Amino acid sequence: MRYALLVLGGPYSHQAAHSALRFAHAAIARGHRVGTVFFYHDGVYNAAHFAAPPQDEPHLVDAWRELQRTQGTVLQVCVAAALRRGLLDAREAERHGKRGASLEPPFELTGLGQLLDIGQTHERLITFAP
Amino acid sequence: MSEITEASHGDLLVMLRHAPHGGLWLREALDLALVGAAFGQSVSLLLMGDGVWALLQGQGSGPLGQKGSQSTFEMLEMYDIERLYVDVDSLAARGLTRDDLLLPVIEVSTPELSTVLAGHRQIFNF
Repeated sequence: MRYALLVLGGPYSHQAAHSALRFAHAAIARGHRVGTVFFYHDGVYNAAHFAAPPQDEPHLVDAWRELQRTQGTVLQVCVAAALRRGLLDAREAERHGKRGASLEPPFELTGLGQLLDIGQTHERLITFAP
Repeated sequence: MSEITEASHGDLLVMLRHAPHGGLWLREALDLALVGAAFGQSVSLLLMGDGVWALLQGQGSGPLGQKGSQSTFEMLEMYDIERLYVDVDSLAARGLTRDDLLLPVIEVSTPELSTVLAGHRQIFNF
């Protein structure tokens, strides 16, 4: 089965992101695919490039990147939700006159239309909310 | 007579379960509904729990500088989002009736909720 995940909870402050990651790993272990993860609402903080948790805690941002690297999972972030929370890729940072990018590939900024789209192109879309 | 039938209700159902001003839940849920409608999908809203507060009349902008929800709700009709389902038990539990609400709604009893959910192809729960 080809799954898509919608993550609405920020990392560390809620369980939603942890659960989404564990679901992804479990699904893959059972031979399923996780095609896309879409981050919306406070879930966009999962893409924070500057996240630097203590070394003895799970690094959620790196774990998502690893999922992309090993499984080819596409990591999409709602651009409107990201911008108002301070998550800008290089292009948006330049457009808004800011130095540095707080969001880097493989996370990609995209529109909400993409969320509706992945609901149709994947067999299941599972929401993880706080 | 109940307005809820077994027939298909639409493509997209957005469930609103949070009160309007304490966070971005309502605003970002409505954004998704508007995008769905702009993409030509038939969109319904279901207000449950504290989400029913969002339809209370007079939700203007507040002291925190947030946009009020009233203006967005008034825009729904322009996007052809006309089906607003409201869980009657959530209304009653908060001492509200449909007369307190900004827009005409379809009242749904708890046993009818599953029919509404089953009638939509895609559901997002905020």
